[in-house]
Amino acid sequence: MKVAIASGKGGTGKTTLSTNLASFLSENNKVVLTDLDVEEPNSGLFLKSELIHSEDKFKMIPEWNKTDCTLCGNCQKVCNYHAVIQLGDMIMVFPELCHSCFACSELCPTNSLPMIPQKMGELKHFKSKNLDFVESRIKIGEEQAVPLIKQTLDYIDENFDDKVIKIYDAPPGTSCPVIEATKDADFVILITEPTPFGLNDVILAIDTMKELKKEFGVVINRCGIGNDDIIKYCDKHNITIIAKIPNQRAIAELYSNGELLWDKIPEVKVELEKIAKYLTAFNINAKPTL
Amino acid sequence: MKEIVVISGKGGTGKTSITASFAVLADRDVVIADCDVDAADMHILMQPENAKSEDFYSGELAVIDQDTCTQCGKCFDVCRFNAIDVNNGIHIVDELSCEGCGYCARVCPVEAITNVPLNVGKWHIANTRFNQPFVHAKLGIGADNSGKLVAQVKNVAKNIAEEYNRPYILVDGSPGVGCPVVSSLSGAHFVILVTEPTVSGLHDLKRVYELVSKFHIKAGCIINKADLNIEKTNEILNFLKEEDIIHLANLPYDEAFTAAMTECKTIVEFDDSIIKETLVQTWENIKQIVG
Repeated sequence: MKVAIASGKGGTGKTTLSTNLASFLSENNKVVLTDLDVEEPNSGLFLKSELIHSEDKFKMIPEWNKTDCTLCGNCQKVCNYHAVIQLGDMIMVFPELCHSCFACSELCPTNSLPMIPQKMGELKHFKSKNLDFVESRIKIGEEQAVPLIKQTLDYIDENFDDKVIKIYDAPPGTSCPVIEATKDADFVILITEPTPFGLNDVILAIDTMKELKKEFGVVINRCGIGNDDIIKYCDKHNITIIAKIPNQRAIAELYSNGELLWDKIPEVKVELEKIAKYLTAFNINAKPTL
Repeated sequence: MKEIVVISGKGGTGKTSITASFAVLADRDVVIADCDVDAADMHILMQPENAKSEDFYSGELAVIDQDTCTQCGKCFDVCRFNAIDVNNGIHIVDELSCEGCGYCARVCPVEAITNVPLNVGKWHIANTRFNQPFVHAKLGIGADNSGKLVAQVKNVAKNIAEEYNRPYILVDGSPGVGCPVVSSLSGAHFVILVTEPTVSGLHDLKRVYELVSKFHIKAGCIINKADLNIEKTNEILNFLKEEDIIHLANLPYDEAFTAAMTECKTIVEFDDSIIKETLVQTWENIKQIVG
């Protein structure tokens, strides 16, 4: 079973829920948690596990080889991203603009723009008992997260069969990185907080999930602050609220030190049990065992 | 005219609440640009009235004309984004996966594929309840090109600031370290980093500052919820010292922020507490720093 944890707004508790749910479920299940927030991956700060594998991740970028180049200008013409420019008798490539579509390279009549791997980030695989943890982090200055998210998902598919519960910590927002991170999930948990910002952004996330035709439910974090507009909204639109994590300064303090909550705060464990129970209702391989 | 950009790396540190507070304090001296085009929230506090809205087009989308298409499959072969789906032998474009590179159209032997301009969102010029120009935008669901929409919002804000002679542009940046943040930072005169004393707050601050330092922009930092974890606050202070980042202020962990937000107000209108006093002083300092 694949469960993605997402939210419109940042800082509502994606990482808190991902790490605690993964750790809690790994008591009785094989679980792999994947941090797909490759710009700012945080899940690893909360899990104490051993590094078992790491690898560089690459994207393919054209590199000009001037030997046979006739300066015909075709590469510049076919690049929709202005990543290849002809300047006098030179072809210049701007890697940060390149989407690796291969058009310039494969349509070059003299094969003068071979595609070369360029490092865009790093993947790390950690393990402790029943819980595997995989994260990728994008190199600072690299602007496109989607290719790295794709390759990270490929790594998970290659290394874990469908008997393992897969949890994905998604990036914030509603744009392409979130789509990529939630595309393959069987179920998406949207985590929000009961504030006007939280409500505004979870509605954006809900609309996104509806557009993607994803099954989803909502978890309310910091329950008790703000107001109950989010509950009213979910009731009105028939959206399931799966769990409510209470607002406590003690939780914020544990979080600030990078500690998990479920083994220390009984109220959090109760809410995780509700989520696990909810997930067992799905008719999918590798449902959680309580 | 000085451009001040507020970013945080990590979400939920109070970036938007603090930016909105500075906007209130700056009164008529400011043009506001909300560059968190993915999940914009500042309008909730500023309650702008829209004066003008425009569609934003960026990039292209491949469209296959089924009357012309011979279903030869060349488009499927060249597409690196798995954006051509084959359904009962019929080739169709998966709009969410298509990146508009145009390669398929170039290899189609019967010219059945055209690229159409893609509407990726909307941008708005509005007037806040304090009678300030407010430029904001909304990226379409699953859209790419957020960096370009950010650049558009900033350009419009800049033009307004020049035309109406406003000394400051206040930019609410986006989370992360990717293309919208890069766009938010380009051309900035001063960066305000908002963080919190948590393991993730510090981790994300370090990564986003690595990006800021590539731009050689002067930076200052506000530590929100500073009393939540004194040890982590001290770690942040050490990091600021090492990197020569100005320590602008510490704010306490206070649910008044949420209470103000729930009433759709900024904290400086809501509370006459130490938080307001600190933010007033900090805004004065920032004005001194940017000159």
